[in-house]
Amino acid sequence: MSSGTPVPLPTQAAARRLPRLPHRGRVALHVFLLGAALLWLFPLLWALYTSLRPYAETAERGYVSPPGRLTLDNYAIAWRDGELLQHFLNTLVIVVPSVVLVLGLAAMLAFAVSRFSWGFNVALLMFFTAGNLLPPHVLITPLFRLFLALPVPPPLSDNGVLYDQHLGVILAHVSFQLGFCTFVLSAYMKTIPQDILEAARLDGASVGRLLRSIILPLSRPVIAALATLEATWIYNDFLWALVLMQTADKRPVTTALANLSGEFFTDHNVVAATAMLIALPTLLLFLFLRRHFTRGLGLTSGGG
Amino acid sequence: MPLLLVVAFIWLPTLACVALSFTRWDGIGGLADIQWVGLRNYEDLFVGQPAFGRALHNNVAWLLVLVLLATPLGILFAVLLDRRLRGSAFYQSALYMPVVLSLALVGFIWQLQYSPEQGFINNLLGTNRQDNLIDWLGNRDINIWAVLVAAGWRHVGYITLIYLAGLRSVDPTLREAAAIDGAGEWQAFRRVTWPVMRPINVVIVVVTVIEALRAFDIVYVINRGQNGLELLSVLVANSILAEAGRIGYGSAVATVLLTMSLVPILLYMRRAFRQDAA
Repeated sequence: MSSGTPVPLPTQAAARRLPRLPHRGRVALHVFLLGAALLWLFPLLWALYTSLRPYAETAERGYVSPPGRLTLDNYAIAWRDGELLQHFLNTLVIVVPSVVLVLGLAAMLAFAVSRFSWGFNVALLMFFTAGNLLPPHVLITPLFRLFLALPVPPPLSDNGVLYDQHLGVILAHVSFQLGFCTFVLSAYMKTIPQDILEAARLDGASVGRLLRSIILPLSRPVIAALATLEATWIYNDFLWALVLMQTADKRPVTTALANLSGEFFTDHNVVAATAMLIALPTLLLFLFLRRHFTRGLGLTSGGG
Repeated sequence: MPLLLVVAFIWLPTLACVALSFTRWDGIGGLADIQWVGLRNYEDLFVGQPAFGRALHNNVAWLLVLVLLATPLGILFAVLLDRRLRGSAFYQSALYMPVVLSLALVGFIWQLQYSPEQGFINNLLGTNRQDNLIDWLGNRDINIWAVLVAAGWRHVGYITLIYLAGLRSVDPTLREAAAIDGAGEWQAFRRVTWPVMRPINVVIVVVTVIEALRAFDIVYVINRGQNGLELLSVLVANSILAEAGRIGYGSAVATVLLTMSLVPILLYMRRAFRQDAA
């Protein structure tokens, strides 16, 4: 900037927001956005409404009709006939260890990477991230064969191989998500001022202690965002558990949908109740941790 | 250790997939049964297999609908929501809600809209009787478009979320300066916001292409990806799940998928590299 020209300072109002639209424009904008929001909510609200109505009533009056009696009966049927308790437990057994492992490994890797030289760590991160962008279908066939062939001792596997085991699905998630988490975490760790680390090192802190008492606490917002995001993604996984598992009773809830659709339920009210039950965990996560969730997805684009 | 995991479970299988695409293997016998057949699998794809043609067509349709309709709509919502209107939080929540649902569940939820006799749309239109039924998901001329509406429903929110995060990180004084200089809404967007948002635009394109190539869950939940809903991903999965002994064929399809996905991957890496070097 040349020193001769005075820089006009933005006024207070302008600094806070974009110029206000004229009144008519604002009304039109609100009408448009409200319409879009309602349109977007409709499929979910319709599922909720259908799920709360007794089948007999919808059979008699049709689905598009005012409500008579509202009931939770469909939820009870969905829960029992879909064996949802079992599937939710399977999901829990997969999601919790996967998220913990991914974040633990990613934190250590990111820490190591952020201390190495530039050339090396750019190459490493590219290697990781490219794996992340690959459509999983490119590698499922060989991975499936590999899982069938890899021997695993009894306490970890009840059939002697990695195929058809929760452990196998967990490992697939960990290796697929590791790149993204490491990438985001290391970008964040690089912004931690070197002075702090230098001072701690002079005070005699070991590398492990540096990580535990300085890096991790400072990275907490990013870790929280990543944990929310990863929990949602792994909960939502359909493919891995479909291809790498065979026993229907061991499959997590999202994959169980493959066998719950269409002919399984005779009426739509129970289908709707099933959908609502399975949507509930991620919707609650989103409503309560929205900040973490949007920040996490924002990281996808910012790259740190 | 973790490095080894990534190599063993991602990179080796990817290379193995390319190698297997030149072979014939029933997948039942041991590795010794693998026969080298050169380009035969690829000839099969392009000559003898109508399913492959349909799948390729559907994947391209998927890509075009997301790129030309869903993504621009998502960007439009993000730009409008960037004005910090009253009620913006509500509008955002409504748009983001589908993003946290799996595509498998999206397929489930939209069956309640599309089902011929019990679905909302046909009941609303009065086309739910036997003589005038519209079978949205069963009719192979229209079902891919019906599914794309459902997939787009989720994709729009996803793009809005990413783009809005990007817009919020752009220095607002830039656009104010444009406004003070008398630039109109459209001009300010085209000349100031769009160029500044270029890195995010690359991400948006990459995300959209990858989503289109990864599409699988939704059609698999609806009808296992048959009868008009074929996708490349479905053909690959079926070579493991349904028909035994098509490992070579499935790998050839997967290799086509890999080739298509290299474009966005290289685009993304180039950007990441530039950013890191800067």
